[in-house]
Amino acid sequence: MTDSEGGPELTKGDGPDDAIPGAGPLVVVEHVDKHFGELHVLKDINLTVNRGEVVVVIGPSGGGKSTLCRSINRLEPIDGGTILVDGKELPKEGKDLARLRADVGMVFQSFNLFAHKTILENVTLGPIKVRKQGRQESEKHAMELLDRVGIANQAQKYPAQLSGGQQQRAAIARSLAMKPKVMLFDEPTSALDPEMVNEVLDVMTGLARDGMTMIVVTHEMGFARRAAQKVVFMADGQIVEENTPDEFFTNARTDRAKDFLSKILTH
Amino acid sequence: MFDFGPFFDNFDQILEGFWATVRLAAAAAVLSLILGTVLASFRVAPIRVLRTFGTVYVNILRNTPLTLVLLMCSLGLNDVLALKFSDTSSVTYYWWAVLGLSGYTAAFVCESLRAGINTVPLGQAEAARSIGLTFTQSLRMIILPQAFRAVVAPLGSVYIAMIKNTTVAAAASYAETALVMKTLLDQPSFTSGALPLFIGVAVGFMILTLPTGFFFGWLHKRMAVAR
Repeated sequence: MTDSEGGPELTKGDGPDDAIPGAGPLVVVEHVDKHFGELHVLKDINLTVNRGEVVVVIGPSGGGKSTLCRSINRLEPIDGGTILVDGKELPKEGKDLARLRADVGMVFQSFNLFAHKTILENVTLGPIKVRKQGRQESEKHAMELLDRVGIANQAQKYPAQLSGGQQQRAAIARSLAMKPKVMLFDEPTSALDPEMVNEVLDVMTGLARDGMTMIVVTHEMGFARRAAQKVVFMADGQIVEENTPDEFFTNARTDRAKDFLSKILTH
Repeated sequence: MFDFGPFFDNFDQILEGFWATVRLAAAAAVLSLILGTVLASFRVAPIRVLRTFGTVYVNILRNTPLTLVLLMCSLGLNDVLALKFSDTSSVTYYWWAVLGLSGYTAAFVCESLRAGINTVPLGQAEAARSIGLTFTQSLRMIILPQAFRAVVAPLGSVYIAMIKNTTVAAAASYAETALVMKTLLDQPSFTSGALPLFIGVAVGFMILTLPTGFFFGWLHKRMAVAR
């Protein structure tokens, strides 16, 4: 997966209407607040993700990791603060928001492949309907991507006919087909059988090496050490610690993080 | 008592009645499907006005007797308000019958479809939005196709009910099977053929409705979405 030569171009992203394409951090989260009723799930979150950076978000359940991830393409609306993607604030609704989402890839815990469409149709739908690319060009690119994630031979099957690992790799290909600027992964391996976790992590590691900007919510410490430049530890709706993976896992600064790590690493 | 003579003596007329029933049912099937789909889309739309309109429409039409709806169309709108489709009375009554029956059936199609939309996992819509599809695109390409596949069988029941409901159109001056039957029964000479006529018409409706049921059952199996 390290060799990207000849493979499909993955990190293209600057649309024609960008203010300063390729300059400044890619994702900026500033003072973001979010409530679910009484529950304060995101408390004054600040986070900057640079181009080509891989950020792993780690922490206990209910700590706000997924909510933060989902708020970056506004699947969850926020109550306060701002989120900038490539220098532009998230639009509230409508066509502008759809356009922004096309530039932000998202991979879900439960894959969410379109159940009534084949794998190939899943991957080409966005390019054809959103990017208005031709069918032939889209299918060619889709087959390259499916080949890259190792399931080109499954292209004509329906999602339910694939294993979990294959479905998740198809979902990654579907996101990549939009040539996103940044990819969000919301616990991509949590719903997988243990023997299928690595095939998905391998694809993600390859993407990271190719310079894709990624925000990954995961419990996979190995992946964090291997692929991430930054670890963000979230608990109780706050970012408790931001650190490099090596520092974080060997020498966490905060007690809350040490406590969390002691619980998951002793097993 | 079981004299089939009069039934076959008037067979042409009865067949004509059934042809009128088929024309009414076919047009209403198409129109109510379109209208029902639009209504279901309204009911899940992110715009409040559309949602309210959908809810009010469904609750009014679903809770009004069909006879009333059709009389409203023929006597109220056509005769009193003179909203006519054509100067030929048979043509204008046909279209009012189609419209009334479609409008009424659409409420049921809408509710079946909405139940189908509820069977589509939320993640499907989220994935659709995440690749940049707009609400309308995701409804048209992702949600509705899966919702339809989930409710093919219940839609079959709605259509069987609709085919039988065409008999109410007799009340709205549209000359379909039930009106032909009533006209025949009103002839004093026809009393001996009454029971055979009932049986004949019942069989005639089964010839229309049974295949409809089988067709939708087959379609349901064929179209089912594996998850």
